[in-house]
Amino acid sequence: MFAAAAIGIIVTMTFALLRALLGPTTFDRILAANMVGTKTTLLIAVLGFLADRPEFLDIALIYALMNFIAVIAVMRYTQYGEFVSSQGGTK
Amino acid sequence: MIDTILDVLSWVLILGGAGFSVVGAIGLLRFPDFYTRLHAAGITDTLGAWMLLVGFMLQAESWQVVVKLIFIVIFLFFTSPTATHALARAALASGLKPWARDKEKQTP
Repeated sequence: MFAAAAIGIIVTMTFALLRALLGPTTFDRILAANMVGTKTTLLIAVLGFLADRPEFLDIALIYALMNFIAVIAVMRYTQYGEFVSSQGGTK
Repeated sequence: MIDTILDVLSWVLILGGAGFSVVGAIGLLRFPDFYTRLHAAGITDTLGAWMLLVGFMLQAESWQVVVKLIFIVIFLFFTSPTATHALARAALASGLKPWARDKEKQTP
């Protein structure tokens, strides 16, 4: 059953990556990449249960925190419309 | 008895979560424009992830595992909707128009 969950998550990640490749706008690509990040967290947790190694959950927790940093990057993009200021340096 | 009930409940949650994830991913691939795709991604990021993680909590053997899973749930619950909302606002501010079946009905 954990294997079924893992397969479902991998299928989801494949579709999201396909959207990231096709995506006509930048926002589609960011959305798909964000989704892949979330699913990676879940996949690592499933692998921990599949391999019966609870240490994997720590790695999943780190991945969730990394996702948080990615969200801050997205917020920056929202505010300034670009990741790095064109004038050089940070605004 | 109680073990069987918890087991069945956790399998229902895990399989339901995987199912919602795949449905959301199909929506992400098939919907016509960015705003509708946001709607599909919302299902995967909140309901799918939530059901999977709660299903894992019911399967956990020690309370430490449950605490770690609760932390993951909290982080996903705060970050994913925030990112989705920020992206929608950024897209609207950059002038991306919502999709409409009728081109004349499309409001600027």
